[in-house]
Amino acid sequence: MSAAGGRATSAPLMGRASEPSLFELGEQGRRSASFRTNGLPEWSISELVPERFRAAEPVALAEVAERDLVAHFTRLTHRQYSVDLGAYPLGSCTMKYNPKSCDAAAAMPGFAEVHPGSPPSIIQGWLEVLVELEEALCAITGMAAATLQPAAGAAGELTGLLLMRAYHDAHGEHRPRVIIPDSAHGTNPASVALSGYEVVTVGTNARGGVDLDHLREVLDTDVAGMMLTNPNTLGLFEEDIVEVTNAVHDVGGLMYYDGANLNAILGVVRPGDMGFDIVHLNVHKTFATPHGGGGPGAGPVAVNEHLTDFLPGPKPVRLPDGHFGFETPPRSIGRLHSWHGNALVLLRAWAYLRLNGADGLRGVAEAAVLNANWLKERLRGVYEIPFDRPVMHECVLSAETLEKETGLRALDVAKRLLELGFHAPTVYFPLIVHEALMIEPTETESPQTVAALAEALELIATEARAAGSAEQAKAAPRTTPVGRVDETRAARHLVATFDQRGDVAD
Amino acid sequence: MSAPFVPHTDGEISEMLAFLGLSSLDELFASVPAAIRLAGGLDLPDQWSEADLRDRLEDLAANNRPVGRQLVCFAGAGAYDHEIPAVVRALASRSEFVTAYTPYQPEVAQGVLQALFEYQTMVARLTGLEIANASLYDGAAALVEGVNMAVAHTGHSSVLVSDGVNPRWRQQLQTFSRGPGHEIARVPLVGGVTDWEHAAAATADRVGAVVVATPNYLGCLEDLSAAQQVSHRLGAGLVVCFDPVAAGVLKTPGSLGADIVVGEGQAFGTPLSFGGPYLGLFACRLEDVRRLPGRLVGETVDVEGRTAYVTTLRAREQDIRRERASSNVCTNQTLMAVTAAIQLGWLGTAGLVEVATRSARAARYCREALLALDGVEPAAPAPVLREFALRTPLEPQLLIERLLEEGFLAGTPVEEGFVGTDYAGSLLVATTERRTRAEIDAFAAAFDKAVR
Repeated sequence: MSAAGGRATSAPLMGRASEPSLFELGEQGRRSASFRTNGLPEWSISELVPERFRAAEPVALAEVAERDLVAHFTRLTHRQYSVDLGAYPLGSCTMKYNPKSCDAAAAMPGFAEVHPGSPPSIIQGWLEVLVELEEALCAITGMAAATLQPAAGAAGELTGLLLMRAYHDAHGEHRPRVIIPDSAHGTNPASVALSGYEVVTVGTNARGGVDLDHLREVLDTDVAGMMLTNPNTLGLFEEDIVEVTNAVHDVGGLMYYDGANLNAILGVVRPGDMGFDIVHLNVHKTFATPHGGGGPGAGPVAVNEHLTDFLPGPKPVRLPDGHFGFETPPRSIGRLHSWHGNALVLLRAWAYLRLNGADGLRGVAEAAVLNANWLKERLRGVYEIPFDRPVMHECVLSAETLEKETGLRALDVAKRLLELGFHAPTVYFPLIVHEALMIEPTETESPQTVAALAEALELIATEARAAGSAEQAKAAPRTTPVGRVDETRAARHLVATFDQRGDVAD
Repeated sequence: MSAPFVPHTDGEISEMLAFLGLSSLDELFASVPAAIRLAGGLDLPDQWSEADLRDRLEDLAANNRPVGRQLVCFAGAGAYDHEIPAVVRALASRSEFVTAYTPYQPEVAQGVLQALFEYQTMVARLTGLEIANASLYDGAAALVEGVNMAVAHTGHSSVLVSDGVNPRWRQQLQTFSRGPGHEIARVPLVGGVTDWEHAAAATADRVGAVVVATPNYLGCLEDLSAAQQVSHRLGAGLVVCFDPVAAGVLKTPGSLGADIVVGEGQAFGTPLSFGGPYLGLFACRLEDVRRLPGRLVGETVDVEGRTAYVTTLRAREQDIRRERASSNVCTNQTLMAVTAAIQLGWLGTAGLVEVATRSARAARYCREALLALDGVEPAAPAPVLREFALRTPLEPQLLIERLLEEGFLAGTPVEEGFVGTDYAGSLLVATTERRTRAEIDAFAAAFDKAVR
């Protein structure tokens, strides 16, 4: 018998069977949808749409009863790890627990059911939230103004680089190059290229910071600016940050702050005080929007007073009469979003900032840094610490020696950790560390959880050393919904839709 | 420390500090030069409790007017008031979907990965192309990526864009074109649809992409085969901005020669949300899959031969290809994509046809009712589906304000300068399957009163 119909079995839980696709669960003629009684004339499609535009056949979709729809997607949720379930120590991703009250804010009809094309007279509440968020983000970063339009961090990067370009254009300068450290996130070089700049990579010194001598070598008046994450992707604060920003400013370049790791320095130091001119924030990481399996996010960009005229528009503003409206800055680079940005994500960020206040944000940074340092010290001697100094919000360890001695690779550590009940850390990043394990516990994991994570990581290394092989970890994970996935086959025999299934020979 | 979502007790903090050989939390930040450290804390309002927050949110929400029974929505322009049933809200808000990260470890992310695989299948079918990605930020972002992809494919940087494409999407395209240096040329509308004769006169032999929307911003149905002929003649890629709801009754853009199809997927289960987060739909031909922006989920097997899903063709993406990547996208809109898959599961084949048909019925009924009023004229004569532009005796901003008082969001004004002077200053009205005869009758009566 086919899988069709309401076989509401729990078999697909945790690996006992695959979950059929929704298309296989369908049965022609079955349905869930119902609509308002509308009293309208029942014109047929042929009366409504001229023949030349009309489809001969409707697009085929799965046809399921509501009960089966619920069973299918509920079973899928049982095959999915999430922050609400357990720790998610993915380095650079800041997978903290997100307060439910922020989700509740975003679900309020008074915010969620507002049409973005509404006139300002009926969106005063929304505009007030956005203006207050802009003000708070400026206070946190030490900047003068911000745009909330960019939909995610990468869009924020592109925005910042277009602002950089507009600034130099306005000064009649053509500067073709942007500097990026070799430890940078991949979005940085990709954004630089997409904004029409050429990437110049600068090296990392022995202490894990920007190599100042190398930086000075590549600096000249062709340099439009430099993108920097601080703390960087090694989890280290750039000790020479003032020298770095001064050197770039000395040749007329601008400093761009990648806010991916802002969590570590909330209330401790502001990018503006380090000498940055442009700052993007990943509010979905730092200010608690759940990541949704890959998105949505929001990537506001804040700038200092030299760049405010170039910000995208239209921009929510406080009007002299106390009401709120829109304004486009005089030399705006233009629009970056169809409407006003990822508003419900921004609302969550606003709510999170209010729940924390200044003290709470400082506490976030302190606990995040405390957890990361404790974990690093706890794992000293278990894994290598390639750049051995106190870290900020995350630590980068290496399994290089273990790999040589036992064959245990960072990937194996990750897979064995899944089996032990935790999500894996980020592996093989940053690229400058061999067999990298990049671990970010975040501030919301208790000391007990961090200790348990450390124990699990220790067990993986200890058992490999004891056995003299990585056999145990290579077989992992065995307790997850599926075992190790054949990624090569996925790429070689691409099946990216249900309809391509038949095209692939086994 | 007084951070409400940090579990550590004071005693635990002391123990952890002692383990590190430190005596205060401040010492954790020793690597931050003293000269730049923030003295005196952040200048932010005091901490609120959850109850304080709720009170303030209710006050702020009271200064917004959501659509619903008290404000019947006739506004569209890329954001639509569609039915979202309880089952979709319930499933889409499951915390396993909401609080997961990007599926970098497929063994514990089969739920999101399989939902995305199903979503990709649905989008491919709706567009009539073989491959769809796992989502982009929104329709406008999908358009930008589509143009970048077509330009990269052809190596030609001129882009012909119909004035029928949503003007805000075109503004965004213009902004993001400054980096790669695309030259954007407008193709005007005549009678509400793109005047391809005008494009034919263009000398451009370096055209990389031709962009058209159907239904277009004014709601009019475009002849895609005419656009296809132009793009074919110029050797350019045809990028079609489509309305996925209209896919319930119209021929697919893929079947009419589109190389890349982009669209806004908000209509499938995402609330109006004051404009975001929405859902960027993106589809292309199988032969172009290696240039596809964003994530792609593929089906494979695990070590025991069980069906499994994984993000694939990863070498296209920014974290691997870095400055040679054709797109910088990383975070996408997975939750909205999963939501769309659930909504389309709820609709099924017949349900999608019904949404499109009911929307079109409401549009015809509403358009006829409004055109019967004195001084109201069609702004464009071409056939429409579920959205239409009107010339009104009163300027649209004023008309909209007046109708707010009667409980209607009457539409959106067509902006000056972006859709051609023939259409600027008209009122764009949209209907969905949620509009009833009673609502439209009351709307027409209020409209009549307002324009008198």
